[in-house]
Amino acid sequence: MRLLSDGARGWLLPGLAALLFPLVAANDYHLTVMATAFIFAIATLGLNLITGYAGQLNLAHASFMAIGAYTVGILSVDHGWWFWCALPVAGVTSAVLGWFVGLVSLRLQGHFFSIFTLCVGYIIFLVIEKWESLTHGTVGLMGIPAPESIGPIHFDGLAAQYYLTLAFLAAAIWAKRRIVNSLLGRAFIALRNSEELAEAIGIQRMRTKLLAFTLSVFYAGMAGGLYAGFARFISPDAASVNLTFDMMIYMIVGGIGTVAGPVLGAVGMSWLTQSLQFLQEYRFMVFGPILILLVLHVPQGLVGSLSVGRLRWQFRRGRSHAES
Amino acid sequence: MLMFLQQVLNGFTLGGIYGLVALGLTLVYGILHVPNFAHGALYMVGAFVAFHAMNAWGTGYWVAMMVAAGVVALLAVTSERLVFSRLRNASGIHPMIAAVGIMLFLEASAQAIWGADFQRMPTPYAGVVELTDGISMSAQRLLIVAAALMLMVAMHWFLTRTLTGSTIIVMAQNRDGASLIGVDANRVAMMTFAISGVLAAIASVLYAPVNLVYPAMGYLVITKAFVIIILGGMGSVPGAIIGGQIIGFAESLGAYYVSTDYKDIVAFALLVLILSVRPQGLFPGRGR
Repeated sequence: MRLLSDGARGWLLPGLAALLFPLVAANDYHLTVMATAFIFAIATLGLNLITGYAGQLNLAHASFMAIGAYTVGILSVDHGWWFWCALPVAGVTSAVLGWFVGLVSLRLQGHFFSIFTLCVGYIIFLVIEKWESLTHGTVGLMGIPAPESIGPIHFDGLAAQYYLTLAFLAAAIWAKRRIVNSLLGRAFIALRNSEELAEAIGIQRMRTKLLAFTLSVFYAGMAGGLYAGFARFISPDAASVNLTFDMMIYMIVGGIGTVAGPVLGAVGMSWLTQSLQFLQEYRFMVFGPILILLVLHVPQGLVGSLSVGRLRWQFRRGRSHAES
Repeated sequence: MLMFLQQVLNGFTLGGIYGLVALGLTLVYGILHVPNFAHGALYMVGAFVAFHAMNAWGTGYWVAMMVAAGVVALLAVTSERLVFSRLRNASGIHPMIAAVGIMLFLEASAQAIWGADFQRMPTPYAGVVELTDGISMSAQRLLIVAAALMLMVAMHWFLTRTLTGSTIIVMAQNRDGASLIGVDANRVAMMTFAISGVLAAIASVLYAPVNLVYPAMGYLVITKAFVIIILGGMGSVPGAIIGGQIIGFAESLGAYYVSTDYKDIVAFALLVLILSVRPQGLFPGRGR
């Protein structure tokens, strides 16, 4: 039970398994799947921040990831930047654009915010597709250089790339835990539960929501930048809303409003998709109903249900102790 | 000037289609208070069912439209019974996510059944009608304008002048109050979904011969329909109709005077612009 809980020690075993994974992985393909899952886990951690914690369903999340990916792609391919210089710029570009989008969209309540971000996502997709002089249009960006070596560490091998994404995922998890366990994280949750009540206890509604949104798209931008350096090729499809839906599924399966949930969901669902080859194209025929069933019957997802189960178990044990 | 008038006519066509889709969407929102993201997928399924009926079974255009309307209405009611009615007390984003789940399922299923290719739907009204000197319009577009207008008038009459129709309005205004005066909430919800499905199917079968039929065809239409009901006020029937015309005109004029590449952005840009200035929409309140 402890394994998947949000306690710090619970991360030890999965972390160790991830470190050892390249030694047991059967082939390069498995490493690629895992590294890609890690990158999407980082982005999903961001989505969970605004959606799971602050309660606003952002349907443009993949588009902000694409902005990060294109920032790295354009800077390194067209302007010869180093990956390590371009990557932070990717996060910051997403965050700055996200701040402006949030400024307008977060004034809208619940449903309106989701619909608005759906439109924003589409605008970003169209701009990427049509602005050929900047983004190379539908052709996409090819030949994005791999991250440069840092001292003795080279990133041209797949295993090294794997560890790179793992390191970023670890950093993302650490930062997310710091955020959600801080007063700020509590403020996000308070806003999700009731905006009026949160305001009544002195939480500044707009400023807090804007901060949650900016942080969440910063995650998306960094994940996008990493993706560009890993996949070495990006096309406008990176901004497709279907990727947002994928991340939404990872979040719901794993557990909305938990730190471990998005990671578990991203890794688990990626493997499920890969192991069932026919799912690749028609994955939503299965994932759609899964999503509905989860929302109907397991709204807290795997991790959320486990924590609830553990609390119940502790409660019962406590009561039987008291009785005996 | 002639070109301008031509664009106005195109705007009417687009506005009619958008209006019909938005009308169904706004009715469902009024009852359920959930933005039904699956509505665009219902629109798409309507076009495919009609396409299938005409191709595989050799039915005529109008019969195909009725078959499509029936199938989509059934799908809409099923989604209400199986999913939305059970989530009525779930708060926040869960019903929205379920709606997305339905949408994803319908899109992937359509792709599995009919393939991802673009299909062209035949129409008995392929000719061009010369309206006045120099201004012409394809018969199908003329049909769209006339049919949309008729359906909207009929819907307005149904909602305001018949007892069954007014139960929808009553329930949208106050669910508990409606129950108190003896309105069967489940029946009204199912009826509303059926109506929204029929409107979506008719709109898509009307528009498909002008456009193309493909699994993602509902996506743009639904996002624009959302723009329309935000502009027109969520749940407002006249708002949906007028909003449809506004977006239709904006898009057709934008395509002509700005750029066809960016014509799909016009609606969204308009939304961003308006909501930046007026977060409550153009016609706030429960204008009905």
